[in-house]
Amino acid sequence: MTINRREFIKANAIAAAAAVAGVSVPAVASNLITSSDITKLKWDKAPCRFCGTGCSVNVGVMDGKVVATHGDIKSPVNKGLNCVKGYFLSKIMYGKDRLTTPLLRMTNGKYDKEGEFTPVSWDQAFNVMAEKAKDALKKDGPEALGMFGSGQWTVQEGYAAVKLMKAGFRTNNIDPNARHCMASAVGGFMRTFGIDEPMGCYDDLEAADAFVLWGSNMAEMHPILWTRLTDRRLSAPHVKVAVLSTFEHRSFDLADNGMIFTPQTDLAILNYIANYIIQTGRVNKDFVSKHTNFRLGETDIGYGLRPEHPLEQAAKNNGKTAGSSTPIDFDEYAKFVSTYTVESVSKLSGVPEHKLEALAELYADPKIKVTSFWTMGFNQHTRGVWANNLVYNIHLLTGKISTPGNSPFSLTGQPSACGTAREVGTFSHRLPADMVVKNPKHRAIAEKIWDLPEGTIPPKPGYHAVLQNRMLKDGKLNFYWVQCNNNMQAAANTNEEVYPGYRNPKNFIVVSDPYPTVTAQAADLILPTAMWVEKEGVYGNAERRTQSWYQMVEAPEGAKSDLWQLVEFSKRFNVEDVWPEELIAKKPEVRGKTLFDVLYKDSSVGKFSLDEVPEDRLNHDARDFGFYIQKGLFEEYATFGRGHAHDLAPYDRYHKERGLRWPVVNGVETKWRFKEGSDPYVKPGSGWDFYGKPDGRAIIFALPYEPPAESPDEEYDLWLSTGRVLEHWHSGSMTQRVPELYKAMPDALVYMHPDDAKKRNMRRGDLVKLISRRGEVQTRVETRGRNKPPIGLVYMPWFDASRLVNKVTLDATDPLSKQTDFKKCAIKIVKV
Amino acid sequence: MKKFNLAVIASLLVLAVSPMMYSLNANATDKETVNSVATLRDATPIDVQKEPNIIPKVINKDIKQGRNYPMQPPVIPHTTRSYEVNKNNNKCMSCHSRHRTEKTQAPMISVTHYMDRDGNFLAEMSPRRYFCNQCHVTQLDAEPLVENTFTDMHSLMKAKTQSKEH
Repeated sequence: MTINRREFIKANAIAAAAAVAGVSVPAVASNLITSSDITKLKWDKAPCRFCGTGCSVNVGVMDGKVVATHGDIKSPVNKGLNCVKGYFLSKIMYGKDRLTTPLLRMTNGKYDKEGEFTPVSWDQAFNVMAEKAKDALKKDGPEALGMFGSGQWTVQEGYAAVKLMKAGFRTNNIDPNARHCMASAVGGFMRTFGIDEPMGCYDDLEAADAFVLWGSNMAEMHPILWTRLTDRRLSAPHVKVAVLSTFEHRSFDLADNGMIFTPQTDLAILNYIANYIIQTGRVNKDFVSKHTNFRLGETDIGYGLRPEHPLEQAAKNNGKTAGSSTPIDFDEYAKFVSTYTVESVSKLSGVPEHKLEALAELYADPKIKVTSFWTMGFNQHTRGVWANNLVYNIHLLTGKISTPGNSPFSLTGQPSACGTAREVGTFSHRLPADMVVKNPKHRAIAEKIWDLPEGTIPPKPGYHAVLQNRMLKDGKLNFYWVQCNNNMQAAANTNEEVYPGYRNPKNFIVVSDPYPTVTAQAADLILPTAMWVEKEGVYGNAERRTQSWYQMVEAPEGAKSDLWQLVEFSKRFNVEDVWPEELIAKKPEVRGKTLFDVLYKDSSVGKFSLDEVPEDRLNHDARDFGFYIQKGLFEEYATFGRGHAHDLAPYDRYHKERGLRWPVVNGVETKWRFKEGSDPYVKPGSGWDFYGKPDGRAIIFALPYEPPAESPDEEYDLWLSTGRVLEHWHSGSMTQRVPELYKAMPDALVYMHPDDAKKRNMRRGDLVKLISRRGEVQTRVETRGRNKPPIGLVYMPWFDASRLVNKVTLDATDPLSKQTDFKKCAIKIVKV
Repeated sequence: MKKFNLAVIASLLVLAVSPMMYSLNANATDKETVNSVATLRDATPIDVQKEPNIIPKVINKDIKQGRNYPMQPPVIPHTTRSYEVNKNNNKCMSCHSRHRTEKTQAPMISVTHYMDRDGNFLAEMSPRRYFCNQCHVTQLDAEPLVENTFTDMHSLMKAKTQSKEH
């Protein structure tokens, strides 16, 4: 019989139903509990713990435990929906291996880099940490100290960390994992507009006539935005969806025009579209003449590798001038892009000409409102800032920007990559509200708000994420604290450039995490950490929406929030331990005080009393420090942006709202920035005003296609792309502990074209080794999964702690943004 | 008829032994946790690669799994291999749509799936719910690496009722 099981069951449905109905019902089923004092759940709102979409979630608590979660009906972001990860948020805090005590590597009761992890008290943990930090300071100064934080930190945690590192320890060696994720987007915004973050908002999803996905698999990585896009596409038949990627993935299920291009050639496709707009006479001349300038960017800028690497030796402009540019006019720009013809770009990219033309027409046709979305495909790119600049070019040439549905939209990966990493400025070169450490005026503003002496903040940018790993390996960075991320699994080239630094005998590595991750395994001290609704916090999502939540349950006994850890640690340092005498002399009243006093308690952070914490609310951190620390940190931080186009509402209001999109001026949020009528910062009568630039004009950049850092050759004959999956959040440290999510996607497989497998005599399920010039990883072959790579490219996600694909990847970065390209390197695959 | 009988027997068996299975599972994963670091890689040193397991099979028994709370999307108790869900086809709806369930005896999609963004009911499934695989996932026959201690609200309520009775 050829009939399969499903068909069989369907054919016998009535009989099957009868059989099931005949099963006797267990007696307990009739004992229904209805008494409301027993069945009542306490519901409260929180932003989802996972991606940058920023869905609001209702969290149900009973007897001190989270027992249910569902999508918040009142949230404009998700209107009652969650993705599969979001629906299982209830279980992420309850993995049985939650850490509840600090663990220090010890031998015979003493710290030993080669010792075994041994439980110690918080007091002992901080003693060792403070001793190691003070040793490093004494020996090599503030540059020997560093911190690696997160776009999953709360706003308050990021702000407290910036203050501790940049003002307290006087080092700029603090960077977030958002460097791996958003740095190129930031670089693109700053270069084109002079101010960070999207001009549009999610309302564009219901207004656009066409969507173009550039290196974004929204169906898996921003699922709720994908449901909104799907809703629009299927409800309004005229809407078109174009999807570009280096391999076919789930977002292609909705594509009217799906395009697979050769890695790196997105740069050429973007220039082709600009050329098409010009050649077909569809430049919006009025908009372009009033609101833009043209510039020619520097080229041959290298690949952000170590200076001795042959590629860096060969690059002409990989130094400080890499980001420079010179003014040109429209005609020069038109001439620059004129070589990007449909024939040449089709040949280079492998995309058929008619598909390229259909894509270009979506942008060129003045009647089509078009929204572009991109994520890691653009940002994790050795020319990531360029890719961002180039997509803005085509929106600016057509004036399709800052109005509903016309939106170049950079999607953030993490729940607070915008709110914490970017807006607070937890990067090695940044300060809050888009300011930078190398600008003396910006330092002066920060020192004034922080009430600290002039010269406290060092002017030199610190080590960025990739450089931190290199400096650990080289023994220049000796005290290192990792919070809220799993970089031993997430960073590229871990084999050569990450693991050696963590285990370098000169270094002391502290890792704060709720769970024992791969990074914790590489640490010297592990700190057990409270997470999500075990603390109070604020996140900022990809559409500038700031959302807060209250602490709803107690953390497991012994686990403390990142915020508590940072602030409590600051008590271990007197100003004299960290500041030189000449700095103290400028403000003698700080003498004898601790960093806790100077940075938190006695500053404006400490001015809100515990009376403001609602009595029925848990708030471990505030009650422990004796003041409403989350409010104090938020309000002090907000003073940076108020009146400077980054206005935030008063803290208390966020507890009442499902978030507000900044700038919030006179109590009203801003949906579309830079457009008169929707953005209060726009000069009246100007129409559009790109006020991040002194002359109010955005820049259209002439930038070419340049080849990737590494391409397949005879020996390493395949492209490797890495990325995420729907069912797991990043490295899987939370979601792999939820049985339903684990069983939905337990292992990271290598997705291959069946012909590529056949050519290597491999079949689905075979055990194979992925080998690059840097390392190797084993996994099994998948030839019929959800990702369908073209011949010559394979995809392996990085969520799986047991198969570390980043042992293989290349740590080449965009020289402008310092963000790693995780999407392309050359490997070979052999059977084990 | 052979296959059909097996399916019925299997469902009866699960009902009968499910409390026992639960306790067995709980014990099987009750590992030493305080000092075992990097649980998800079985504490294998970072520079060592443990041999990857074979790819587990999709659980295809058609037996509904209980939900952790009422709002949890049910997991899919059968294989969905080569099911097309794209802008032209939705294979899942060929069994789970309202007008197909009488014939197929598959559960009908939830009434929430007929609501638009503003909570109005539509005549057909809402396009915002179109891609079933965003929330509903199959389960592979893989033993979780770490036990989860999530508490079902029902067990909390039962405990409270019992303490009231005493």
